[in-house]
Amino acid sequence: MIGIEHYVVVSSILFVLGVLGIFLNRKNVIVILMAIELILLAVNLNLVAFSAFLHDLVGQIFAMFVLTVAAGEAAIGLAILVIYFRRRGSIAVDDANHMKG
Amino acid sequence: MIQALAFYLFATLVVLSGVMVITAKNPVHSVLWLILSFFNAAGLMILVGAEFIAMLLVIVYVGAVAVLFLFVVMMLDIDFATLRAGFIKNFPLGIAIALVLLAELVLGIGAGRAGALKLGTPDAATAPLAGASNIEAIGTLLYTRYLFLFEASGMILLVAMLGAIVLTHRKRPGVRGQNISHQIARRPDEATVNQRPEVGAGVKL
Repeated sequence: MIGIEHYVVVSSILFVLGVLGIFLNRKNVIVILMAIELILLAVNLNLVAFSAFLHDLVGQIFAMFVLTVAAGEAAIGLAILVIYFRRRGSIAVDDANHMKG
Repeated sequence: MIQALAFYLFATLVVLSGVMVITAKNPVHSVLWLILSFFNAAGLMILVGAEFIAMLLVIVYVGAVAVLFLFVVMMLDIDFATLRAGFIKNFPLGIAIALVLLAELVLGIGAGRAGALKLGTPDAATAPLAGASNIEAIGTLLYTRYLFLFEASGMILLVAMLGAIVLTHRKRPGVRGQNISHQIARRPDEATVNQRPEVGAGVKL
């Protein structure tokens, strides 16, 4: 029978894949944003699984808020990407050194 | 039995497509693999009875966010080959960090199974309603107890929309647009009139 551990294992693998994606594609902002989406998906899966197995709906409601914030983050991130590409002609992370931070 | 089979199918597919998202050469393929992984995650959520979040995932993520990604990837003219230059160089470090993270997570899960961690007890007020569907139970909770959080998330979406519009909107120079105040302030005596005078009569000025 499928228990909560199965879901936790799947979502932790997905989470680690997202983190690995950020490290592997360090130059490509688009793939970094997609890796962040993977991480948020893993978190959502975890929240929903715990919510279902503990019979507590707060997890699903919180997953909805995570979804909302992730959608906003993707929209703003891609908008920043578009204006950055318009100014510099490249989206390499290494070129983002204007602020000398 | 069929539930376990479906779980393993969805879980394998979500992990495999997650691997393909981060290793695909072409970002367009990455987005398509991301869509597949979202679909399979939605399947996993349906298996535990969270239909509403699963449908939201398909509608919001596949319908909006993934299409937004696809749009941006195809709109920007980027040489993706140069962006992949550090892929092999970063590989050992990335794998090492991922393995450490995975080991920590497995340790945590093992501790949880062994009983070292105490899971929180569910709140009786937020238990699913008996006899109600998933979406009905969520709606009952969302519009009463979490109403202000719900409205705050609406504000977040509004700010995100305004931010995206303000960031990407640009004024092009040299575009002759409609000047409405100029049009309204126009008077008949300064207008150009089309006349057809009789032959030999001349134009009346």
